[in-house]
Amino acid sequence: MAQHLKSSSKSILLNILRHNIGFSSPSHASRHLRHNLPHGPLSTRLAPNLITRYCNTMVDTLSSIGSHEDTNSQVMDFPGGKVAFTPEIHFISESNEERVPCYRVLDDNGQQLTNSQFVPVSKEIAVKMYSDMVTLQMMDNIFYEAQRQGRLSFYATAFGEEAINIASAAALSPDDVIFPQYREPGVLLWRGFTLQEFANQCFGNKSDYGKGRQMPVHYGSNKLNYFTVSATIATQLPNAVGAAYSLKMDGKDACAVTFFGDGGSSEGDFHAALNFAAVMEAPVLFICRNNGWAISTPTSDQFRSDGVVVKGRAYGIRSIRVDGNDALAMYSAVHEAREMAIRERRPILIEALTYRVGHHSTSDDSTRYRSADEIEWWNKARNPLSRFRTWVESNGWWSDETESDLRSRIKKEMLEAIRVAEKTEKPNLNHMFSDVYDVPPLNLREQELLVRQAIKSHPLDYPSDVPL
Amino acid sequence: MWGILGRRAVDGGFSASSLRRMRSGLVSARSYAAGSKEMTVRDALNSAIDEEMSADPKVFVMGEEVGQYQGAYKISKGLLEKYGPERVYDTPITEAGFTGIGVGAAYAGLKPVVEFMTFNFSMQAIDHIINSAAKSNYMSAGQINVPIVFRGPNGAAAGVGAQHSQCYAAWYASVPGLKVLAPYSAEDARGLLKAAIRDPDPVVFLENELLYGESFPISEEALDSSFCLPIGKAKIEREGKDVTITTFSKMVGFALKAAEKLAEEGISAEVINLRSIRPLDRATINASVRKTSRLVTVEEGFPQHGVCAEICASVVEESFSYLDAPVERIAGADVPMPYAANLERLALPQVEDIVRAAKRACFRSK
Repeated sequence: MAQHLKSSSKSILLNILRHNIGFSSPSHASRHLRHNLPHGPLSTRLAPNLITRYCNTMVDTLSSIGSHEDTNSQVMDFPGGKVAFTPEIHFISESNEERVPCYRVLDDNGQQLTNSQFVPVSKEIAVKMYSDMVTLQMMDNIFYEAQRQGRLSFYATAFGEEAINIASAAALSPDDVIFPQYREPGVLLWRGFTLQEFANQCFGNKSDYGKGRQMPVHYGSNKLNYFTVSATIATQLPNAVGAAYSLKMDGKDACAVTFFGDGGSSEGDFHAALNFAAVMEAPVLFICRNNGWAISTPTSDQFRSDGVVVKGRAYGIRSIRVDGNDALAMYSAVHEAREMAIRERRPILIEALTYRVGHHSTSDDSTRYRSADEIEWWNKARNPLSRFRTWVESNGWWSDETESDLRSRIKKEMLEAIRVAEKTEKPNLNHMFSDVYDVPPLNLREQELLVRQAIKSHPLDYPSDVPL
Repeated sequence: MWGILGRRAVDGGFSASSLRRMRSGLVSARSYAAGSKEMTVRDALNSAIDEEMSADPKVFVMGEEVGQYQGAYKISKGLLEKYGPERVYDTPITEAGFTGIGVGAAYAGLKPVVEFMTFNFSMQAIDHIINSAAKSNYMSAGQINVPIVFRGPNGAAAGVGAQHSQCYAAWYASVPGLKVLAPYSAEDARGLLKAAIRDPDPVVFLENELLYGESFPISEEALDSSFCLPIGKAKIEREGKDVTITTFSKMVGFALKAAEKLAEEGISAEVINLRSIRPLDRATINASVRKTSRLVTVEEGFPQHGVCAEICASVVEESFSYLDAPVERIAGADVPMPYAANLERLALPQVEDIVRAAKRACFRSK
């Protein structure tokens, strides 16, 4: 390290950044972590700052290399810690020379990399992970087709992001509260939401837990600790921090987990949430699905930083960049992050690099702004399902037969779920007026009476399929 | 005499002594319990929050300057010392951030009392108030309820200009899913804030900076820690039979002064303190108009789509045949609030405006 610092044409800070990639040292991390790597770029801060809020760890390192000839022993006591002076005029570069590397365990072909560190996964978990990834993909396919056929008004797929969805869910506990954006139904699926329950919400029938109040894919389940999808972008980020604060105050062994896309990181709420989470020391995981596109806006038009991972440091948040299409890497990253978040009461930022294979939603035709070749390439070369399947099969836990059995079973279940959901009655008229407040106020009760009277006297003016 | 006192009071904010002079003539007209205790609105709010925090460990306060600074307007004075920094949380400057975080905490079961330094700053957080708080219970079909209170000064103060003087009652009261309260007296402040904190729905609690220092008589009942006022019920501050004057917050004081002036001229005005903007107590308002046949509604905010407009519509819809005169609306001038003291005074309703409107409604003048 001293060698690099003496070539002081670079700023001191730049060098420190380069050598502090990744977030946990093997000896310090959980005992689950298995590694064949004796040393390497994964060593960094060892002592989490549990006690002093204001300890600036960056500055600690700076003053500890005070033997450097430029930092002539003069430091300034400044709010937040000591800051060393330098007579050289250095602007911190707008970007590192090298981009933050991306943690992965499996290569593009699904072969485990020889130096990989990862949290081991049992056969049961691995098989469930893969099955759920297949289920998610098939569910998306069939619902998408249903929308194309006019049976659903709207749908948004998660094609290409199945590993992020399922692997992150697998690494969490059922007590962790989830604040989704809208491309994470896989988390619900992992936790036990059935295909029928998904279908009910999409069709807005009376069995929908949302009582037919929201567009398709706006799922929610109190029971499974998954907060109802709210379409406004990134508003769930500060909400998650608040919930994490609540969990911390209650002393629960759980954290809040929130998902958002590359586009969501541009919102003001992203800044407020990350800043706050660091100051409040809230146990929250910020998982960014950087899938390259925000509807038609590519990431080059979204930000000029090295993705989202580098933004974490600006807020004093430990961060990692992961291959989002690598189920094992996602699982390990989320697993480790969760432990740190709860044990050390800190937020963690995870940037999962992936690709949005599908359109933004059924209201979008993405071939208008990107080449079909690009989509095809990601779908084939970096497909999360095929990569993980290779690994699962290599352990002898999967085969072509189990694959086709699974697929035919899911297809049947899906078609049945849609059939039933379509035929189920819509919610009752009183649900138009309930839940606005805890207890329906007088004006709403009056309005409901008026509507019922109107329907009674002019039945032909009203739809016949709304049960009264 | 009343006119002069009224004018002086408006120009520079109220002083407790000038207030007591004005009050002395009114105590007999009021229906307060015969307690001789007085309390400022500030102390009323402080005691309400203190008692609710003491009773329920899930209640916590957050906002800018609420902790060490004791509150920008000292409403949260003493709370940090009593409950500690985890329950009296000083936030960074991001209304969007701390509102979103407060809502998230409410989602997860805590009961935040979020302070905005003024509701003008809530504009930066209004998405969270409306889309994350107000609509959540409905959109989640009852799975997510949001027992949060947003409170802070609302409306004009004295010489603070356009971006610090707007009244947001009409904006928030138009949203289903929110409850909107506006206290006037110390009793209102205590009872309504306690009700708001205990309420499982999101509540917007609109205070008034100029009222914080005002003292009001307060009954023993209101000083009890279990005291609570019902949400959605207006209060008849002064009974009358010739004309109904409805208003809320600081304007209640003006309306009462106007009623005194009108009484001298033989017009008996009934003054209704709305207390609750949403839900609006249409029953009390309409019952009063059916008694008096005349309506004058007063508010500080902008006239178009205001609270007064809603009350006029409600009365015209429900009590049309009882009206003997067109409904009257007194509101703030339709301009961003000017800074200069003389212009500010002209931009806000004054006692004379209310008196004139009542006389017009009684066909005593044009």
